Amino acid sequence: MIPVAPKQTIESADLQNLTSRQESTFSNWKYGLVGICFGIVFVKAEILSWFRIQEMFRLDSFHMYGVIGSAVLVGLVSVQLIRRFGVRTLQGEPVQIQKKRFHKGLVIGGLLFGIGWAITGACPGPLFGQIGAGYTAVSVTLLSAVGGTWTYGRLKNKLPH
Amino acid sequence: MTELWQAPWPWYVAGPLLGLTVPVLLLIGNKSFGISSSLRHICAACFPADIDFFRYDWKKEIWNLWFVGGILVGGWIGNTVLKNPEPIAISAATVEALRALGIHDFTSGLMPSDLFSWESLLSVRGLVFFVFGGFLIGFGTRYAEGCTSGHSIMGLATLQWPSLVATVCFMAGGFLMTHLGLPLLLKWVD
Repeated sequence: MIPVAPKQTIESADLQNLTSRQESTFSNWKYGLVGICFGIVFVKAEILSWFRIQEMFRLDSFHMYGVIGSAVLVGLVSVQLIRRFGVRTLQGEPVQIQKKRFHKGLVIGGLLFGIGWAITGACPGPLFGQIGAGYTAVSVTLLSAVGGTWTYGRLKNKLPH
Repeated sequence: MTELWQAPWPWYVAGPLLGLTVPVLLLIGNKSFGISSSLRHICAACFPADIDFFRYDWKKEIWNLWFVGGILVGGWIGNTVLKNPEPIAISAATVEALRALGIHDFTSGLMPSDLFSWESLLSVRGLVFFVFGGFLIGFGTRYAEGCTSGHSIMGLATLQWPSLVATVCFMAGGFLMTHLGLPLLLKWVD
């Protein structure tokens, strides 16, 4: 076990595993399975297509707005139902939802990511989907994205937050 | 029957399915949906370089790497077994605008081969599209602490206002780049 760094205030948003249980490596297959379904939807609804992202930013099609809008709506209703009825997880824990905190990075980083999104036609999820779909050259984009994340980690203390 | 699987899915099928990821991940293991943090976990696991930001128990977040690995496999299944045999149906206005910017391939698949191929990687254009674009995705999402999944879907679905700010900025950056940046960029690297 690697000790958790003491400064965990801002970056706590990335720690998304809110179960207090120890999970075996094998139990992770569930998340792989959800990922597979997710990846199939990405291809079949053409969400990972550079063309569809261009259409969205050119306001030439409702498709992507419909996808994101209905996804938010379904997520919202499900979370409300979980809260209303106090539904617990499969392991019997109360459902915990991660809190998002505001800082300047949401604006600056958000704009930078938006620019990258329009260039590559991909957010991080579709990057993995594009590679799987056979666009293997996108693995260079993914490596560069890992490099971008690393650079952020390196410069974090010098950037405005 | 095969046509049903091969035809592209409309937004009102795909959107709700994506939205269901939020309750499914919460209920099968108390996980908050979000994808870009997988890039941070890759850094923490492979090149932590003694940077504070990468010193945490990434093994506890390994579920996220299983999830993105699943997306890769799903992408493969979707574009082989369930592959749409027809060319992608893009709106005429977008085709026209992109043609004017020098894109010629609208029929080979989900991405134009003019930009997204190994041959193009060796050109200045490829370098900008793959390396610069990818860098902005990785840097920007971590600075903003989330991407389209963590903020625009998970954050909005749980009614958190910082995620609305982030989403507005994602869209603003994309609009700016599409309408002002791309025409310059494609002309410059042609």
